[in-house]
Amino acid sequence: MSKIFQHLVSPAVPVPIENIDTDQIIPARFLKATTRDGFGENLFRDWRYEADNTPKADFVLNNPIYGGKILVAGKNFGCGSSREHAAWAIADAGFKVVVSSFFADIFKNNALNNFILPIQVSDDFLDKIFKAIEADPKAALEVDLENQFIKIAATGEKESFDINQYKKTCLLNGYDDIDYLLSLRKEIEQYETTRTFNF
Amino acid sequence: MGKTLFDKIWDSHIVVSKPGHPDAVYINTHFIHEVTSPQAFDGLRKRGIPVFRPAKTRATADHNVPTLHQDQPIKEALSRHQVEMLTKNTAEFGVELYGLGHRFQGIVHVIGPELGITLPGMTIVCGDSHTSTHGAFGAVAFGIGTSEVEQVLATQCILQYKPKRMKIEVNGQLGKGVLSKDIILYIISKISASGATGYFVEYAGEAIRSLSMEARMTICNMSIEMGARGGLIAPDDITFDYIKGREFAPKGADWDQSLEYWKTLYSDNDAQFDKVLTFDAADIEPQITYGTNPGMGMGVTRHIPSLEQLEEKERPSFKKSLEYMDLEPGAELLGKKVDYVFIGSCTNSRIEDLRLVADFVKGKHKADDVVVWIVPGSKQVEAQAMEEGIDKIFAEAGFQLREPGCSACLAMNEDKVPAGMYCISTSNRNFEGRQGPNARTFLASPLTAAAAAITGRVTDVRTLLTAVSS
Repeated sequence: MSKIFQHLVSPAVPVPIENIDTDQIIPARFLKATTRDGFGENLFRDWRYEADNTPKADFVLNNPIYGGKILVAGKNFGCGSSREHAAWAIADAGFKVVVSSFFADIFKNNALNNFILPIQVSDDFLDKIFKAIEADPKAALEVDLENQFIKIAATGEKESFDINQYKKTCLLNGYDDIDYLLSLRKEIEQYETTRTFNF
Repeated sequence: MGKTLFDKIWDSHIVVSKPGHPDAVYINTHFIHEVTSPQAFDGLRKRGIPVFRPAKTRATADHNVPTLHQDQPIKEALSRHQVEMLTKNTAEFGVELYGLGHRFQGIVHVIGPELGITLPGMTIVCGDSHTSTHGAFGAVAFGIGTSEVEQVLATQCILQYKPKRMKIEVNGQLGKGVLSKDIILYIISKISASGATGYFVEYAGEAIRSLSMEARMTICNMSIEMGARGGLIAPDDITFDYIKGREFAPKGADWDQSLEYWKTLYSDNDAQFDKVLTFDAADIEPQITYGTNPGMGMGVTRHIPSLEQLEEKERPSFKKSLEYMDLEPGAELLGKKVDYVFIGSCTNSRIEDLRLVADFVKGKHKADDVVVWIVPGSKQVEAQAMEEGIDKIFAEAGFQLREPGCSACLAMNEDKVPAGMYCISTSNRNFEGRQGPNARTFLASPLTAAAAAITGRVTDVRTLLTAVSS
């Protein structure tokens, strides 16, 4: 897994469904693994495969027309369980960016901690992306983290997106939170001396 | 200007706050379990670092354990390996474990409060979104991912942006047969599964204040189901009475000093919230969900919305959801046949829940074609139920009392509802496949679930309560 994200031009895989919860992204029965690897093959497992493991032809990940490193999904993506396995599955399946008009908080943190960029766009821009992909399944999106914009290459329509400066620095450089927290050891020990009780 | 309860707790736990950076927040109590911790321990090994404050982390096995024959080795190899990894990791890193067979074992959000580990004013995290449960004690408690579990193990701190604050007031008094589960399902149905995303919620108002600790935990537990980072309730005498004397609660002079501090934990009169919502308890009837997210709920006597009642852009997801549930827009659920009843989970598996259900079913028997699983939240709840003879009431009613764990709430173990079947469940999520591939879930209170167990159908429990009292 590359820890650095800067710029990407890629077609996108559309899943225009609202409130996609992390149980759909990776069902609980696949959470028995004790490593971070291999979750990609079970990404959207029950939407992707029948109970007997035959692929469902109408699901977008089984349609070879679609591909790329960007997943585009309906509003409130990643709600529900805090399982980071959802972010691991998305990363393992080769996605670097997830676009939606709204993200659940915990998923957003989990994505960023795995160097996946969650881009929140307006409802209107999300519609435009879905329409662009409907018109041409290979329609490319351009994502520029440094300048914080996402663009539909074919039409030139673009929208800027928010990301906090700390996380932006982490992604651009491949830093993680633990490196930073470990550097605060003195401050943490100092804080502990100020508290009588553990609350 | 005054401060909200949330701000008081958050601000007193900031280790470092720098502009442009998330706050480094000190964590008082960290709960871990077998499913979201192994990769975090692996991370520590790779970095060659220890657990920074091992005494502040407690572990239990709950998500992926069988609820029958816990005295025997786990049959399923992957599950056994995962639970063994927890034993190995906690031993290696010096973390206290309440594993299978331990008298404190149980669902992490049930055991923390009942052991007096969860206390007012604490910051509490766990790799589980229902960590918000502990907010019922006036703690700032929220769910985190595994990378964050590793942060807390490594440094006892977490990096977080401070969320916005929302107050939800529920005024007035609840009607007969209406439980705290109905309050929270009602609120979520009104504001949607994403209505509180970005916020930390404080629940207030007469209807909340009058609730027991168990009932308050049910409310805070489901905060995440409307997207909230967490939910909390200011501690009061009900809180202090619950905590006093519990296993790990402060004792003697420590208790007196703690209590003095805990009594300062409330939102000041002039504290500002970013959003305030107000509801009237009298408007709340027993609730049930009909769709595949917890926001798709309604009063049990109501009809599912028709397509015409929805905005055009909401219709595709709504239709997909009802197709999964094999339900028609505009239909009512009363009288709908159910196949399974699950009473358990971190939402509703405490002793009070079991007592309520036992009181209701005493002398009754389940419908013939319904399977009823009662899964206590912990070994302590199980032991208490037996001491009170609740186990015998369940046996006579044809209910199966199983052993503690998360069970059919997320169906990681064998407790799966078969494909196509309907389960009325006291858990917190009705997502597609949540209780087993293609299983269909109706979320409801323990009383509404118990009523369905007796009639075999979705039932307005109030009609049965009236029959008893007359």
